[in-house]
Amino acid sequence: MFRFIVRRLLQLIPTLFGLSLLLFVWLHRLPGGPETAILGERSTPELRARIREEMGLDQPIWVQYGRFMKRVLSGDLGTSIGTKRPVTTEFLERFPGTVELTITALIIAVGIGIPLGYIAARRRGTWIDQLSVGGALLGICIPVFFLGYIVKEVLAVNFGWFPTTGRQDVTIDATRVTGFFVLDGLLTREWDAAADAIMHLILPGIVLASIPLASIVRITRASVLEVVQEDYVRTAEAKGLTEQTVRSRHILRNAMLPVATTIGLLTGSLLSGAVLTETVFAFSGIGAFIVEAIDRRDYPVLMGFIMIVAVIYVLVNLLVDLSYSLIDPRVRVR
Amino acid sequence: MALLEVKDLSVVFARKGEREVRAVDGVSFDVDAGEVVGLVGESGCGKSVTSLAIMGLLPKRGVRVSGQATFDGMNLLQTDERTLRDIRGRDVAMIFQDPLSSLNPVVPIGLQVTEVLTRHRGMKGEAAKKEAAHLLERVGIPDPTRRLKEYPHQLSGGMRQRALIAMAVACAPRLLIADEPTTALDVTIQAQILELLKDLVRDSGTALLMITHDLGVVAGMCKSINVLYAGRRVESAPRRVLFAQRHHPYTVGLLGSIPRLDAPKGEKLRPITGSVRDVLPWAEGCAFAPRCFNRVDRCVDGPPELVWTAAQHGYRCVNPVMEAETAK
Ligand SMILES: Nc1ncnc2c1ncn2[C@@H]1O[C@H](COP(=O)(O)OP(=O)(O)O)[C@@H](O)[C@H]1O
Ligand SMILES: [Mg+2]
Repeated sequence: MFRFIVRRLLQLIPTLFGLSLLLFVWLHRLPGGPETAILGERSTPELRARIREEMGLDQPIWVQYGRFMKRVLSGDLGTSIGTKRPVTTEFLERFPGTVELTITALIIAVGIGIPLGYIAARRRGTWIDQLSVGGALLGICIPVFFLGYIVKEVLAVNFGWFPTTGRQDVTIDATRVTGFFVLDGLLTREWDAAADAIMHLILPGIVLASIPLASIVRITRASVLEVVQEDYVRTAEAKGLTEQTVRSRHILRNAMLPVATTIGLLTGSLLSGAVLTETVFAFSGIGAFIVEAIDRRDYPVLMGFIMIVAVIYVLVNLLVDLSYSLIDPRVRVR
Repeated sequence: MALLEVKDLSVVFARKGEREVRAVDGVSFDVDAGEVVGLVGESGCGKSVTSLAIMGLLPKRGVRVSGQATFDGMNLLQTDERTLRDIRGRDVAMIFQDPLSSLNPVVPIGLQVTEVLTRHRGMKGEAAKKEAAHLLERVGIPDPTRRLKEYPHQLSGGMRQRALIAMAVACAPRLLIADEPTTALDVTIQAQILELLKDLVRDSGTALLMITHDLGVVAGMCKSINVLYAGRRVESAPRRVLFAQRHHPYTVGLLGSIPRLDAPKGEKLRPITGSVRDVLPWAEGCAFAPRCFNRVDRCVDGPPELVWTAAQHGYRCVNPVMEAETAK
């Protein structure tokens, strides 16, 4: 178990190395460097050259990369060009919002997707099957921007059921502990703050859930279809167990295995979907900040954030693999 | 009245866009309380479909089941799903061919035993665990308390089948259906499992419907034997009568394909050539005719009727084998 984790973490090193190299080259090929963003309209060639020299951008790219790696290895991801604050600080401040949003979206997608996939499988070929698979597909086809806009206009602006933007209402004076607003509200027993944070999460959560929903429905459906014709399901039926026991203990428990893997692989698309969702709902997470950083050619922020997100992606999939051994006793993690 | 009376059971698989398959065709047989009855035939002749039809475990869609399967006066084929779920596992239990795939890989053995006890005997918690350990011990699994916590992949093939038997006999059913319970096991283990089944049904008075493709398996334990071919019962007799005299060439071949140590010197094995799936070249007629060594012209005229002799011996053949030592 321990060796398995260590091995997986060691595999991370070449991945991150390659990723950083790619990112570095890509960022430096983007037209218009950070100096343009800093100087804006007033830029003259002389001013630009001076800034480039100050920032070390006039050096050859491999020198720049070497310097960057040296800093990163000592744990320093640099300073944001836009906010002049350390990248790590910026990240830690914004990451909890994205995590909350992603978890909300996952809960919604799993909560809807698994029952829908199960029903579709059991009613294979009927209109229920077609409706759930088709509906879930529709969810992935509608661009997040568009869906976000519609949902916001109708449910938040028109009906006023949900707040339109942000993570917390300004009138609420919440105590901050972890930066996870819902968790903070629960820890400090400020129930109204927790409830308000949850209300702020629902709409962006629904919008973001539209991305993984289709995959979860499809995988669950396929997986249930396969499991129901397994011999052990027949054994369970031969024992006269109730439909409920057969479903939860014998069908779903086995059908969940591929779904768990899918959820791990979906974290990538969830995080990138979060970028758009956060922008629509002015939700302060890493997504909205990354969009700004691209605009400003804020190299340190982009490099830092993307690298951290890559690490998180690998960690989440490691967690999924570990949870696999909890669900499936045949998987021996060594 | 017999405990289980199967009468004129037919099962037709009819899926859209596919040719209809009549897997079971008018099969009838009885199982008396506490008796062991054999259902024998090559692979693909409809044994499993027959047993699944009795249990109500065939898929709901694309299958037509007709006839009767009366258990204790109740026609199981007409019984609603709720009642069937109460009967299954409690009054009628079943064990299957492949013990590994028949056990849920992600649920500990213990829970797979106790769930039957909880469902049908209302036992929970420690009491259920104790009873489960007792059951495992009864089917010959050593160190049962440890085994309860283990998963199917940690058990050997023989142990897995024993565990499945423990689940099946957990509620002391009146009828146990065993569908080729030893086919997937090593030869030495096969004998042990058969011995266990024999002991269990003798001690508890459970009736056993023993399904096998191997006539040798049922030789020692069945009171009566039914031979199936291509979904039809082609021969039926009490065990002694059948072993003294087989009338149907298929049964002769079935026994002939088993190497016997006590066979007279010089006797040749006579394996049946071809397989069940051989297509009948004549629209009507005996399904076995294409492979039969005793074929005559009348075989193709129409499906032979079941003929009964005085010794409760029935056979479906127009040119039956009549003397005991036909195997030349
Ligand atoms: N689900 C099914 N759909 C279509 N045909 C089936 C199905 N199950 C069994 N059959 C057919 O029924 C026949 C009898 O099968 P089975 O009862 O499993 O034979 P066996 O005697 O080996 O147990 C076979 O020809 C098989 O192809
Ligand atoms: Mg079979």
